[in-house]
Amino acid sequence: MAKLTIPAQELMYSGHAACPGCGPALAMRLLLKGLGPRTILSIPACCWTVIATPYPTTALGVAVLDNPIEATGASVSGLRAAADAMHLKDVEVVGFAGDGGTVDIGLQSLSGMLERRTNAIYVMYDNEAYMNTGVQRSGATPRGAWTTTTPVGEGVRGKPEPKKDVMAIVLAHRPAYAATLNPSFPEDFDRKVERARSIEGPRFFHIFAPCPPGWKFDSAETIALGRLATDSGIFPLYEVVDGRLRITRKTGELKPVTEYLAAQGRFRHLGAEDAARLQSEVRAEWDRLLRRERDDLSGSH
Amino acid sequence: MTMKVLSGNYAQSYAALLARAQVISAYPITPQTSIVEKIAEFVASGELDAQYVKVESEHSALQVCVSAAALGARTYTATSSQGLLLMHELLHWASGMRAPIVMGVVNRAVAPPWNIGADHADTMSQRDTGWVQFYAESNQEVLDTVLEAYRLAEHRDVRLPVMVTEDAFYLSHTVEPVDVPDPATVDAFLPRREPHAVLAPGRATRLGSFTGPDHYVDFRQDVGAAMERVREVLPRVEQEYLALVGRDLGGPLPTYRTEGADVILVTMGTLTTTARGVVDDLRAEGRKVGLAKLRVFRPFPDDELRGLVRDVARIGVVDRSFTFGRMGPAATEVSAALYTAANRPELTSFLAGIGGRDVTPHEVRRMFETLLSGEAPATHWEDIEEEVKADG
Repeated sequence: MAKLTIPAQELMYSGHAACPGCGPALAMRLLLKGLGPRTILSIPACCWTVIATPYPTTALGVAVLDNPIEATGASVSGLRAAADAMHLKDVEVVGFAGDGGTVDIGLQSLSGMLERRTNAIYVMYDNEAYMNTGVQRSGATPRGAWTTTTPVGEGVRGKPEPKKDVMAIVLAHRPAYAATLNPSFPEDFDRKVERARSIEGPRFFHIFAPCPPGWKFDSAETIALGRLATDSGIFPLYEVVDGRLRITRKTGELKPVTEYLAAQGRFRHLGAEDAARLQSEVRAEWDRLLRRERDDLSGSH
Repeated sequence: MTMKVLSGNYAQSYAALLARAQVISAYPITPQTSIVEKIAEFVASGELDAQYVKVESEHSALQVCVSAAALGARTYTATSSQGLLLMHELLHWASGMRAPIVMGVVNRAVAPPWNIGADHADTMSQRDTGWVQFYAESNQEVLDTVLEAYRLAEHRDVRLPVMVTEDAFYLSHTVEPVDVPDPATVDAFLPRREPHAVLAPGRATRLGSFTGPDHYVDFRQDVGAAMERVREVLPRVEQEYLALVGRDLGGPLPTYRTEGADVILVTMGTLTTTARGVVDDLRAEGRKVGLAKLRVFRPFPDDELRGLVRDVARIGVVDRSFTFGRMGPAATEVSAALYTAANRPELTSFLAGIGGRDVTPHEVRRMFETLLSGEAPATHWEDIEEEVKADG
C-alpha cells in the first residue's frame, strides 16, 4: 500500500461551480495541492472559466488570469517574461486549458510556448469534447464517442475519426518534462507535480478528466472510471524526462476495454467490432510504450 | 539630447529603449520589421534590460503583452496591417484588462490584393477596441508620441492601451534628423511603472473573470470613462513633456493658418506635411484656407473640431482608407462631431493615397479649390478621378 503523501493544503475551495463528480475539478484540486499558493494560473475559455465562479467571487486560492481560448501558450510566456523582468521569486506559472483549447484552437500557441522554452507548466485537462458549450466533438474526442455534433444515427455512429495524440505532438518539441496524470491515482499525480516543479523549462501535463454529463455515467463513478481507463490501457500513466519515457503504473495484464466502454453512455451504440478494433489499438499503443521504455532505459534510441 | 538620423521605425525602437520597456513581444511583418530588429539589437547588446519574447503570431505577441502587463510589466509591441487584424480579439482584451500597452503600428494596406503601401484601413478597423489612437506626421513626432503614450497609458486616470501609428514607407523607411532626448530626461518624465494590477503571486485574485449583465456593463462603462478622461490628462502630460524635453506635441487637433479661413482641410499623418505647403501657397495668393491635423483619433476631438469650424463655410476631410458603404472613416467621424455644432459647414470626404498612392501638392491644391468652388460633392475620389480624366 502506497504511503499517503498528498499535501494537506487546499487551494480550491468549496462553493465552486463544478458538476458533481467533475474530473476537471479533481484535477485542479490535486494540482494546486502540489503547486502551492505562489502559482499564477492562466485559464482560457473552458469549463474552469465557470467552475471558478463569477465576479466578484473566486473558488481558487491563487492568482488567476483569464485569456481567450486559443492563447494560453502565449499567456504563460507573457506571465513568465513579466515575472522574470520584475524579478518575482518562487513563482510557478501555469496554463490550465481544456482539450479543445489545447489540441484544436490553441495548438499553435502551445507549440510556440514549447518551442521558445518558456519556463512554465502547461496543463491540458482532457474531458474529450467541448463540454462547457454542451458536448461538441473536439480533436481529443475518441473514435466512436457520441457528442452533440457526432450524433448516432443510420449514417454516423459517433465520431468517425481517432483521437489526436497530444503527447506525441508535445514530445516532438522535446519539452523539459511531460507526463500523463490521472486524479484516480493521487499519489502518482502528486509525485509528477513535485517532479515537474524541480525542473526548469517547458513542462506539460496531460490530465485525464472524466465528465459525468458529457460521457453519460453516474457521477459517483468518476474515480472508478478513471482507474479503469488507466488499467485497461486507454489512458496509460507515464512521464518523459530528458527524452526518457517511464511508465508509472503497470498492473500485469490490461483489463479489457469493453468494461471501460460499457461504463459510459457515450459508447452505448458501439458493437463488438468497434470494441475489438479499439482493443487492438490500445494493445499496440501499450506495447509501443513498453518498447520505448525499454529502449530509453538501455539508451538505445 | 542627441540628434540622430532615424527612420520612423527606428524612432519607435529608440522610444521603446528610452521608455525602458520590460517585456517586448513581436512577430515580423513588412514594413514593421526594422522596429523589432533594432529592439532585438538593443536587448542583445545589453542597452535594454528587457525580456524579448519572439512569438509565432501577432495574436500571441499581443497576448504576451496583455499577460505581462497584468502582472505589472511595462510592455511594447509593434505590427502592421494583417498583423493588426489578427490581433483584433486581443485588442479588446487589452483595453478590457486595462493593460497600459504601447504599440507601434505602421499603417499599411489590407489584402486582398496584397499591398504594402501606406493606408489607414488597418487601424481604422480597430476604432472600437478601446485603444487610444495617435497618428504621427514625422519621425520626431513618432518618438515623442511613443514616450507620451506610456505616460498617458499608465496614468492612474487612464490605464488604457495606446497605439502610435506612422505611414508605411513615408515614415517607416524614410530617415530624417530626430532629436533623441537623453535617458535621464526621459526617466524624469516617465518613471518606472507603478503596477495597479490586482494580479500578484500569493493573492487569491482573478483578472478577467466572467459576469452576468449586472456587472458587465460596469466594466464597459469604466473603459469608456477612462477614454473620456484622456481628454483632460493628455494636455497635462504634454505640458510636462514641453517643460522637460522642450517640445510642444500640439494636442489632439493641431491647426495651421486657420485664422479667418473659409475652408479647412482635415488631414492625418504624412499627408499633413504636403498640405501645409499648399496652405502657404494658397494663403500667399490671398485664399482663405487653413489646415487641421487629426492627431488623436480616439478619443475623438469633438470639442476642438466644433470650436474650429465656428466661422467656416466648408470642411474637407482626407482619408487614406475608406469604409465600404460609407464615406471615409475620418470624414464620418468629423460629420458626427459636427452634428451638434452651432455652425455646421458643408463637408466633403476626399479619398486619396489609398494603398500607398502618392498624394502630390497639386492634388491637395485641387481639394482646396474644390472646397472653395462652393460645389464640393459629398464624396470625392481625388487621385482616381483625376486619372480617369487624364485617360479620357
